[in-house]
Amino acid sequence: MGKVKKSPWLLHYDGSSCNGCDIEVLATLTPVYDAERFGVVNTGDPLQADILMITGGINQQNAPVVKQLYDQMPRPKVVVAVGTCACSGGVFRECYNMLGGADSTIPIDIYVPGCAARPESIMDGIMKAVELFQKRSDEHDRYEKEHKGEAGPVDPNINTARDKVRMKEMKGAADV
Amino acid sequence: MNHTILYVIGAVLYIVGAPFLGCLMDGVERKLSARMQGRIGPPVLQPWYDFIKLLNKQVVTVDRAQFFILMSYLVLMVMSGAMFFSGNDLLMTFFVLSTTGTFLYFAAIVPSSPYSSMAASRELIQEVCYEPAVLLLSVGFYLATGTFNARAVFTQNTSLVMFLPGFLAAYLFAMIIKLRISPFDVSTSHHAHQELVQGVTTEMGARNLALFKLAEWYEMVFLYGVVAIFILNSSPVSILAAVLVDLAVFFCFVLIDNTNARVKWENMLGLSWAVTGLCSGVNLLILMMIR
Repeated sequence: MGKVKKSPWLLHYDGSSCNGCDIEVLATLTPVYDAERFGVVNTGDPLQADILMITGGINQQNAPVVKQLYDQMPRPKVVVAVGTCACSGGVFRECYNMLGGADSTIPIDIYVPGCAARPESIMDGIMKAVELFQKRSDEHDRYEKEHKGEAGPVDPNINTARDKVRMKEMKGAADV
Repeated sequence: MNHTILYVIGAVLYIVGAPFLGCLMDGVERKLSARMQGRIGPPVLQPWYDFIKLLNKQVVTVDRAQFFILMSYLVLMVMSGAMFFSGNDLLMTFFVLSTTGTFLYFAAIVPSSPYSSMAASRELIQEVCYEPAVLLLSVGFYLATGTFNARAVFTQNTSLVMFLPGFLAAYLFAMIIKLRISPFDVSTSHHAHQELVQGVTTEMGARNLALFKLAEWYEMVFLYGVVAIFILNSSPVSILAAVLVDLAVFFCFVLIDNTNARVKWENMLGLSWAVTGLCSGVNLLILMMIR
Protein backbone atom coordinates (compact mmCIF):
# COMPACT_ATOMS: atom_id res chain seq x y z
CA MET A 1 0.00 0.00 0.00
CA GLY A 2 1.53 3.26 -1.03
CA LYS A 3 0.62 6.86 -0.47
CA VAL A 4 -0.78 7.44 -3.94
CA LYS A 5 -2.65 10.61 -3.06
CA LYS A 6 0.47 12.72 -3.32
CA SER A 7 0.63 12.18 -7.06
CA PRO A 8 -2.70 12.75 -8.81
CA TRP A 9 -2.25 13.00 -12.57
CA LEU A 10 -5.07 14.69 -14.36
CA LEU A 11 -6.73 14.09 -17.70
CA HIS A 12 -8.95 16.92 -18.86
CA TYR A 13 -11.69 16.34 -21.41
CA ASP A 14 -14.05 18.99 -22.69
CA GLY A 15 -17.48 17.77 -23.75
CA SER A 16 -19.81 20.31 -25.32
CA SER A 17 -19.43 23.45 -23.27
CA CYS A 18 -18.96 27.17 -23.83
CA ASN A 19 -15.26 26.68 -22.87
CA GLY A 20 -15.67 28.86 -19.79
CA CYS A 21 -14.90 25.94 -17.47
CA ASP A 22 -11.92 24.88 -19.63
CA ILE A 23 -10.37 28.28 -19.21
CA GLU A 24 -10.91 28.05 -15.46
CA VAL A 25 -9.35 24.57 -15.41
CA LEU A 26 -6.31 25.96 -17.20
CA ALA A 27 -6.21 28.87 -14.75
CA THR A 28 -6.11 26.30 -11.94
CA LEU A 29 -3.01 24.73 -13.46
CA THR A 30 -1.13 27.95 -14.25
CA PRO A 31 1.00 30.06 -11.84
CA VAL A 32 -1.71 31.96 -9.93
CA TYR A 33 -3.44 28.86 -8.53
CA ASP A 34 -0.62 26.37 -9.26
CA ALA A 35 -2.19 22.95 -8.75
CA GLU A 36 1.23 21.35 -9.25
CA ARG A 37 2.14 22.13 -5.64
CA PHE A 38 -0.20 19.23 -4.74
CA GLY A 39 1.56 17.02 -7.28
CA VAL A 40 -1.09 17.52 -9.97
CA VAL A 41 0.26 16.97 -13.47
CA ASN A 42 -1.89 17.74 -16.47
CA THR A 43 -1.26 14.71 -18.65
CA GLY A 44 -2.87 14.18 -22.03
CA ASP A 45 -2.60 10.42 -21.74
CA PRO A 46 -5.48 8.34 -20.29
CA LEU A 47 -3.08 5.45 -19.69
CA GLN A 48 -1.14 7.58 -17.20
CA ALA A 49 -4.03 9.52 -15.67
CA ASP A 50 -5.63 9.02 -12.25
CA ILE A 51 -8.31 11.68 -12.27
CA LEU A 52 -10.59 12.28 -15.25
CA MET A 53 -11.87 15.83 -15.26
CA ILE A 54 -14.86 16.48 -17.50
CA THR A 55 -16.18 19.89 -18.42
CA GLY A 56 -19.29 20.43 -20.49
CA GLY A 57 -22.30 18.25 -21.12
CA ILE A 58 -22.47 14.98 -22.99
CA ASN A 59 -24.03 14.77 -26.44
CA GLN A 60 -24.50 11.92 -28.91
CA GLN A 61 -21.16 12.65 -30.52
CA ASN A 62 -18.85 12.77 -27.53
CA ALA A 63 -20.48 10.07 -25.38
CA PRO A 64 -18.41 7.22 -26.92
CA VAL A 65 -15.25 9.31 -26.56
CA VAL A 66 -15.86 9.91 -22.86
CA LYS A 67 -16.69 6.25 -22.37
CA GLN A 68 -13.47 5.20 -24.09
CA LEU A 69 -11.30 7.63 -22.13
CA TYR A 70 -12.79 6.30 -18.91
CA ASP A 71 -12.21 2.69 -19.98
CA GLN A 72 -8.60 3.36 -20.97
CA MET A 73 -7.67 4.70 -17.54
CA PRO A 74 -6.12 2.08 -15.25
CA ARG A 75 -7.58 1.50 -11.78
CA PRO A 76 -7.76 3.13 -9.27
CA LYS A 77 -9.37 6.16 -10.91
CA VAL A 78 -11.64 9.03 -9.94
CA VAL A 79 -13.93 11.13 -12.13
CA VAL A 80 -14.67 14.79 -11.47
CA ALA A 81 -17.41 16.71 -13.28
CA VAL A 82 -16.55 20.41 -13.43
CA GLY A 83 -19.23 23.03 -14.01
CA THR A 84 -22.99 22.99 -14.25
CA CYS A 85 -23.04 21.47 -17.76
CA ALA A 86 -20.94 18.47 -16.72
CA CYS A 87 -23.00 18.05 -13.54
CA SER A 88 -26.46 18.16 -15.08
CA GLY A 89 -26.35 19.34 -18.69
CA GLY A 90 -26.85 22.97 -17.68
CA VAL A 91 -28.55 25.29 -20.15
CA PHE A 92 -28.02 22.75 -22.94
CA ARG A 93 -29.93 20.04 -21.08
CA GLU A 94 -33.09 20.18 -23.21
CA CYS A 95 -31.28 20.27 -26.58
CA TYR A 96 -32.23 17.48 -29.01
CA ASN A 97 -28.68 16.08 -29.17
CA MET A 98 -27.88 16.15 -25.45
CA LEU A 99 -27.78 13.11 -23.20
CA GLY A 100 -27.34 15.27 -20.08
CA GLY A 101 -24.48 15.62 -17.59
CA ALA A 102 -21.37 13.47 -17.59
CA ASP A 103 -23.10 10.97 -15.31
CA SER A 104 -25.32 9.96 -18.21
CA THR A 105 -22.36 8.08 -19.65
CA ILE A 106 -19.87 7.19 -16.90
CA PRO A 107 -20.02 7.10 -13.08
CA ILE A 108 -19.06 10.46 -11.58
CA ASP A 109 -17.53 10.74 -8.10
CA ILE A 110 -17.18 14.46 -7.47
CA TYR A 111 -19.44 17.24 -8.73
CA VAL A 112 -17.95 20.74 -8.88
CA PRO A 113 -20.73 23.31 -9.33
CA GLY A 114 -20.50 26.75 -10.94
CA CYS A 115 -21.05 28.45 -14.27
CA ALA A 116 -18.20 28.79 -14.90
CA ALA A 117 -16.73 26.84 -11.97
CA ARG A 118 -14.31 29.00 -9.98
CA PRO A 119 -10.65 27.90 -9.82
CA GLU A 120 -11.00 27.71 -6.02
CA SER A 121 -13.87 25.25 -6.26
CA ILE A 122 -12.07 23.25 -8.96
CA MET A 123 -9.09 23.00 -6.61
CA ASP A 124 -11.45 21.91 -3.85
CA GLY A 125 -12.87 19.26 -6.18
CA ILE A 126 -9.37 18.02 -7.00
CA MET A 127 -8.52 17.74 -3.30
CA LYS A 128 -11.71 15.73 -2.66
CA ALA A 129 -10.87 13.54 -5.65
CA VAL A 130 -7.37 12.98 -4.28
CA GLU A 131 -8.77 11.66 -0.96
CA LEU A 132 -11.09 9.33 -2.83
CA PHE A 133 -8.20 8.22 -5.05
CA GLN A 134 -6.23 7.15 -1.96
CA LYS A 135 -9.27 5.34 -0.55
CA ARG A 136 -9.83 3.48 -3.81
CA SER A 137 -6.19 2.51 -4.00
CA ASP A 138 -6.33 1.07 -0.48
CA GLU A 139 -9.56 -0.78 -1.28
CA HIS A 140 -8.02 -2.08 -4.48
CA ASP A 141 -4.95 -3.36 -2.62
CA ARG A 142 -7.10 -4.98 0.08
CA TYR A 143 -9.24 -6.67 -2.56
CA GLU A 144 -6.16 -7.96 -4.37
CA LYS A 145 -4.78 -9.32 -1.10
CA GLU A 146 -8.00 -11.08 -0.12
CA HIS A 147 -8.69 -12.50 -3.56
CA LYS A 148 -5.16 -13.48 -4.50
CA GLY A 149 -5.08 -15.86 -7.44
CA GLU A 150 -8.77 -15.53 -8.20
CA ALA A 151 -10.15 -14.27 -11.47
CA GLY A 152 -10.72 -10.50 -11.54
CA PRO A 153 -14.10 -8.75 -11.45
CA VAL A 154 -16.25 -9.48 -14.50
CA ASP A 155 -16.74 -5.88 -15.54
CA PRO A 156 -13.34 -4.13 -15.63
CA ASN A 157 -15.07 -0.76 -15.43
CA ILE A 158 -16.42 -1.39 -11.96
CA ASN A 159 -13.89 -0.17 -9.42
CA THR A 160 -15.41 -0.63 -6.02
CA ALA A 161 -18.53 -1.73 -4.22
CA ARG A 162 -19.69 1.86 -4.39
CA ASP A 163 -19.36 1.87 -8.16
CA LYS A 164 -21.36 -1.33 -8.38
CA VAL A 165 -24.21 0.25 -6.40
CA ARG A 166 -24.04 3.33 -8.59
CA MET A 167 -24.10 1.30 -11.80
CA LYS A 168 -27.16 -0.51 -10.50
CA GLU A 169 -28.82 2.81 -9.71
CA MET A 170 -28.03 4.13 -13.17
CA LYS A 171 -29.46 1.00 -14.74
CA GLY A 172 -32.62 1.44 -12.63
CA ALA A 173 -32.92 5.06 -13.67
CA ALA A 174 -32.58 4.12 -17.34
CA ASP A 175 -35.36 1.51 -16.99
CA VAL A 176 -37.75 4.11 -15.60
CA MET B 1 44.65 -4.07 -6.04
CA ASN B 2 43.46 -1.27 -3.80
CA HIS B 3 42.42 0.69 -6.85
CA THR B 4 40.36 -2.19 -8.20
CA ILE B 5 38.33 -2.16 -4.99
CA LEU B 6 37.79 1.58 -5.40
CA TYR B 7 36.43 1.06 -8.92
CA VAL B 8 34.09 -1.70 -7.73
CA ILE B 9 32.88 0.62 -4.98
CA GLY B 10 32.26 3.29 -7.65
CA ALA B 11 30.07 0.91 -9.65
CA VAL B 12 28.16 -0.31 -6.58
CA LEU B 13 27.62 3.24 -5.35
CA TYR B 14 26.21 4.13 -8.76
CA ILE B 15 23.87 1.14 -8.91
CA VAL B 16 22.52 1.76 -5.40
CA GLY B 17 22.72 5.54 -5.16
CA ALA B 18 21.91 6.78 -8.67
CA PRO B 19 18.11 6.27 -8.43
CA PHE B 20 17.96 8.37 -5.26
CA LEU B 21 20.29 11.05 -6.58
CA GLY B 22 18.49 11.09 -9.95
CA CYS B 23 15.11 11.30 -8.24
CA LEU B 24 16.32 14.19 -6.09
CA MET B 25 17.73 15.99 -9.14
CA ASP B 26 14.43 15.48 -10.95
CA GLY B 27 12.56 16.93 -7.97
CA VAL B 28 14.88 19.92 -7.65
CA GLU B 29 14.52 20.49 -11.40
CA ARG B 30 10.73 20.63 -11.11
CA LYS B 31 10.91 22.92 -8.10
CA LEU B 32 13.44 25.20 -9.79
CA SER B 33 11.32 25.31 -12.97
CA ALA B 34 8.29 26.24 -10.90
CA ARG B 35 10.17 29.06 -9.15
CA MET B 36 11.38 30.36 -12.51
CA GLN B 37 7.74 30.48 -13.65
CA GLY B 38 6.64 32.24 -10.45
CA ARG B 39 4.94 29.18 -8.95
CA ILE B 40 5.39 27.46 -5.61
CA GLY B 41 5.95 24.14 -7.30
CA PRO B 42 5.68 20.53 -6.14
CA PRO B 43 7.61 19.11 -3.16
CA VAL B 44 11.20 18.14 -3.95
CA LEU B 45 10.30 14.46 -3.39
CA GLN B 46 7.44 14.64 -5.92
CA PRO B 47 9.14 12.31 -8.49
CA TRP B 48 9.41 9.71 -5.72
CA TYR B 49 5.68 10.01 -4.91
CA ASP B 50 4.94 9.65 -8.63
CA PHE B 51 7.12 6.56 -8.78
CA ILE B 52 5.36 4.90 -5.81
CA LYS B 53 1.97 5.82 -7.28
CA LEU B 54 2.87 4.27 -10.64
CA LEU B 55 3.85 1.00 -8.95
CA ASN B 56 0.42 0.92 -7.26
CA LYS B 57 -1.63 1.34 -10.45
CA GLN B 58 -3.34 -1.38 -12.40
CA VAL B 59 -1.12 -2.65 -15.20
CA VAL B 60 -2.67 -2.10 -18.61
CA THR B 61 -0.42 -2.87 -21.56
CA VAL B 62 -1.09 -3.10 -25.25
CA ASP B 63 1.84 -5.43 -25.82
CA ARG B 64 3.38 -7.57 -23.11
CA ALA B 65 6.76 -7.46 -24.84
CA GLN B 66 7.01 -3.83 -23.77
CA PHE B 67 7.80 -4.79 -20.18
CA PHE B 68 10.65 -7.04 -21.25
CA ILE B 69 12.06 -4.42 -23.63
CA LEU B 70 11.85 -1.68 -20.99
CA MET B 71 13.56 -4.02 -18.53
CA SER B 72 16.40 -4.47 -21.06
CA TYR B 73 16.51 -0.70 -21.47
CA LEU B 74 16.89 -0.26 -17.73
CA VAL B 75 19.48 -3.04 -17.31
CA LEU B 76 21.63 -1.72 -20.18
CA MET B 77 21.37 1.81 -18.81
CA VAL B 78 22.55 0.61 -15.38
CA MET B 79 25.29 -1.39 -17.09
CA SER B 80 26.65 1.53 -19.11
CA GLY B 81 26.56 3.78 -16.04
CA ALA B 82 28.26 1.16 -13.86
CA MET B 83 30.95 0.67 -16.54
CA PHE B 84 31.58 4.40 -16.54
CA PHE B 85 31.65 4.83 -12.76
CA SER B 86 34.02 1.87 -12.40
CA GLY B 87 36.39 3.79 -14.67
CA ASN B 88 36.17 1.40 -17.61
CA ASP B 89 36.62 1.86 -21.34
CA LEU B 90 34.84 5.05 -22.36
CA LEU B 91 34.28 3.95 -25.96
CA MET B 92 32.64 0.69 -24.85
CA THR B 93 30.49 2.58 -22.35
CA PHE B 94 29.16 4.86 -25.07
CA PHE B 95 28.47 1.90 -27.37
CA VAL B 96 26.37 0.29 -24.64
CA LEU B 97 24.60 3.65 -24.18
CA SER B 98 23.69 3.67 -27.91
CA THR B 99 22.24 0.17 -27.61
CA THR B 100 20.20 1.43 -24.66
CA GLY B 101 18.62 4.09 -26.87
CA THR B 102 17.63 1.45 -29.40
CA PHE B 103 15.73 -0.46 -26.73
CA LEU B 104 13.73 2.65 -25.92
CA TYR B 105 12.88 2.87 -29.61
CA PHE B 106 11.61 -0.73 -29.58
CA ALA B 107 9.63 -0.15 -26.38
CA ALA B 108 7.86 2.77 -28.05
CA ILE B 109 7.22 1.03 -31.35
CA VAL B 110 5.81 -2.36 -30.20
CA PRO B 111 2.37 -1.08 -29.15
CA SER B 112 1.97 0.25 -32.75
CA SER B 113 0.14 3.33 -31.51
CA PRO B 114 0.40 6.20 -34.02
CA TYR B 115 1.66 8.68 -31.39
CA SER B 116 4.12 6.29 -29.84
CA SER B 117 5.45 5.08 -33.22
CA MET B 118 5.96 8.62 -34.47
CA ALA B 119 7.78 9.49 -31.25
CA ALA B 120 9.89 6.35 -31.61
CA SER B 121 11.19 7.51 -34.99
CA ARG B 122 11.90 10.90 -33.45
CA GLU B 123 13.80 9.17 -30.65
CA LEU B 124 16.01 7.56 -33.31
CA ILE B 125 16.63 10.99 -34.82
CA GLN B 126 17.58 12.28 -31.35
CA GLU B 127 20.07 9.44 -31.16
CA VAL B 128 21.50 10.35 -34.57
CA CYS B 129 21.90 13.92 -33.26
CA TYR B 130 23.78 13.24 -30.04
CA GLU B 131 25.76 10.19 -31.11
CA PRO B 132 28.57 11.96 -33.08
CA ALA B 133 29.40 14.28 -30.19
CA VAL B 134 29.48 11.43 -27.69
CA LEU B 135 31.62 9.13 -29.87
CA LEU B 136 34.02 11.93 -30.82
CA LEU B 137 34.40 12.65 -27.12
CA SER B 138 36.03 9.25 -26.61
CA VAL B 139 38.39 9.95 -29.54
CA GLY B 140 39.37 13.28 -27.97
CA PHE B 141 39.75 11.58 -24.62
CA TYR B 142 42.13 9.06 -26.17
CA LEU B 143 44.22 11.73 -27.84
CA ALA B 144 44.51 13.70 -24.61
CA THR B 145 45.23 10.83 -22.22
CA GLY B 146 46.56 8.01 -24.41
CA THR B 147 43.91 5.57 -23.17
CA PHE B 148 40.16 4.99 -23.38
CA ASN B 149 39.91 4.14 -19.68
CA ALA B 150 37.91 6.78 -17.84
CA ARG B 151 39.98 6.20 -14.67
CA ALA B 152 42.96 7.82 -16.46
CA VAL B 153 41.64 11.26 -15.47
CA PHE B 154 42.87 10.67 -11.91
CA THR B 155 46.48 10.43 -13.14
CA GLN B 156 46.35 13.71 -15.11
CA ASN B 157 48.05 16.77 -13.71
CA THR B 158 45.70 19.20 -15.41
CA SER B 159 41.97 18.94 -16.02
CA LEU B 160 41.00 17.62 -19.44
CA VAL B 161 38.92 20.73 -20.14
CA MET B 162 42.20 22.49 -20.91
CA PHE B 163 42.73 20.15 -23.88
CA LEU B 164 39.11 19.43 -24.78
CA PRO B 165 37.04 22.64 -24.43
CA GLY B 166 35.40 22.08 -27.83
CA PHE B 167 34.50 18.52 -26.93
CA LEU B 168 32.93 19.73 -23.67
CA ALA B 169 30.80 22.27 -25.58
CA ALA B 170 29.68 19.62 -28.09
CA TYR B 171 28.98 17.13 -25.29
CA LEU B 172 26.88 19.64 -23.33
CA PHE B 173 24.89 20.33 -26.48
CA ALA B 174 24.41 16.60 -27.04
CA MET B 175 23.38 16.23 -23.40
CA ILE B 176 20.50 18.69 -23.90
CA ILE B 177 19.25 16.43 -26.69
CA LYS B 178 19.84 13.24 -24.74
CA LEU B 179 18.02 14.54 -21.64
CA ARG B 180 15.18 15.82 -23.88
CA ILE B 181 15.41 19.37 -22.54
CA SER B 182 13.06 21.88 -24.09
CA PRO B 183 14.34 23.08 -27.45
CA PHE B 184 15.08 19.44 -28.30
CA ASP B 185 12.29 17.53 -26.57
CA VAL B 186 10.89 16.23 -29.85
CA SER B 187 10.37 12.59 -28.84
CA THR B 188 8.79 13.16 -25.45
CA SER B 189 8.34 15.99 -23.01
CA HIS B 190 8.18 16.29 -19.25
CA HIS B 191 5.57 18.98 -19.64
CA ALA B 192 2.04 18.81 -20.98
CA HIS B 193 2.72 20.65 -24.23
CA GLN B 194 3.81 17.79 -26.44
CA GLU B 195 1.80 17.46 -29.65
CA LEU B 196 2.34 13.67 -29.61
CA VAL B 197 0.40 13.23 -26.32
CA GLN B 198 3.30 11.92 -24.19
CA GLY B 199 5.65 10.91 -27.03
CA VAL B 200 7.55 7.66 -26.48
CA THR B 201 5.84 7.14 -23.13
CA THR B 202 2.30 7.41 -24.54
CA GLU B 203 1.69 3.67 -24.31
CA MET B 204 3.56 3.23 -21.04
CA GLY B 205 1.48 3.23 -17.89
CA ALA B 206 1.83 2.07 -14.29
CA ARG B 207 4.79 -0.28 -13.81
CA ASN B 208 6.22 0.31 -17.28
CA LEU B 209 6.31 4.07 -16.86
CA ALA B 210 7.94 3.57 -13.45
CA LEU B 211 10.68 1.53 -15.15
CA PHE B 212 11.15 4.30 -17.71
CA LYS B 213 11.46 6.90 -14.93
CA LEU B 214 13.98 4.76 -13.07
CA ALA B 215 16.09 4.41 -16.23
CA GLU B 216 15.86 8.17 -16.72
CA TRP B 217 17.27 8.77 -13.23
CA TYR B 218 20.17 6.41 -13.91
CA GLU B 219 20.77 8.14 -17.24
CA MET B 220 20.76 11.60 -15.65
CA VAL B 221 23.41 10.70 -13.04
CA PHE B 222 25.52 8.99 -15.70
CA LEU B 223 25.42 11.95 -18.11
CA TYR B 224 26.27 14.47 -15.39
CA GLY B 225 29.06 12.09 -14.36
CA VAL B 226 30.57 12.33 -17.84
CA VAL B 227 30.78 16.13 -17.43
CA ALA B 228 32.95 15.51 -14.36
CA ILE B 229 35.71 13.74 -16.34
CA PHE B 230 36.48 17.07 -18.02
CA ILE B 231 37.20 18.62 -14.61
CA LEU B 232 38.68 15.81 -12.49
CA ASN B 233 42.45 15.43 -12.16
CA SER B 234 44.95 14.00 -9.69
CA SER B 235 44.27 16.68 -7.08
CA PRO B 236 41.38 16.05 -4.62
CA VAL B 237 40.23 19.69 -4.94
CA SER B 238 39.12 18.88 -8.48
CA ILE B 239 36.30 16.71 -7.07
CA LEU B 240 34.77 19.81 -5.48
CA ALA B 241 35.28 21.72 -8.73
CA ALA B 242 33.56 18.93 -10.68
CA VAL B 243 30.55 19.02 -8.36
CA LEU B 244 30.32 22.82 -8.71
CA VAL B 245 30.54 22.62 -12.51
CA ASP B 246 27.84 19.93 -12.53
CA LEU B 247 25.57 22.14 -10.41
CA ALA B 248 26.17 25.10 -12.75
CA VAL B 249 25.39 22.94 -15.80
CA PHE B 250 22.24 21.67 -14.05
CA PHE B 251 21.04 25.21 -13.38
CA CYS B 252 21.76 26.32 -16.96
CA PHE B 253 19.83 23.35 -18.35
CA VAL B 254 16.76 24.19 -16.24
CA LEU B 255 17.01 27.78 -17.48
CA ILE B 256 17.29 26.63 -21.12
CA ASP B 257 14.34 24.29 -20.57
CA ASN B 258 12.19 27.18 -19.35
CA THR B 259 13.17 29.74 -21.97
CA ASN B 260 13.06 27.76 -25.20
CA ALA B 261 10.30 26.47 -27.42
CA ARG B 262 10.61 23.14 -29.20
CA VAL B 263 12.38 23.16 -32.57
CA LYS B 264 11.58 20.99 -35.57
CA TRP B 265 13.62 17.82 -35.83
CA GLU B 266 15.28 19.09 -39.05
CA ASN B 267 16.64 22.08 -37.13
CA MET B 268 17.76 19.87 -34.28
CA LEU B 269 19.66 17.59 -36.67
CA GLY B 270 21.32 20.47 -38.53
CA LEU B 271 22.17 22.40 -35.39
CA SER B 272 23.57 19.44 -33.46
CA TRP B 273 25.79 18.29 -36.31
CA ALA B 274 26.99 21.84 -36.96
CA VAL B 275 27.89 22.34 -33.30
CA THR B 276 29.55 18.92 -33.08
CA GLY B 277 31.44 19.44 -36.33
CA LEU B 278 32.65 22.90 -35.41
CA CYS B 279 33.50 22.46 -31.73
CA SER B 280 34.70 18.85 -31.69
CA GLY B 281 36.21 19.01 -35.19
CA VAL B 282 38.32 22.11 -34.59
CA ASN B 283 39.35 20.86 -31.16
CA LEU B 284 40.31 17.49 -32.68
CA LEU B 285 42.47 19.13 -35.37
CA ILE B 286 44.31 21.29 -32.84
CA LEU B 287 44.79 18.30 -30.55
CA MET B 288 46.25 16.22 -33.37
CA MET B 289 48.66 19.04 -34.26
CA ILE B 290 49.98 19.70 -30.75
CA ARG B 291 50.24 16.00 -29.78
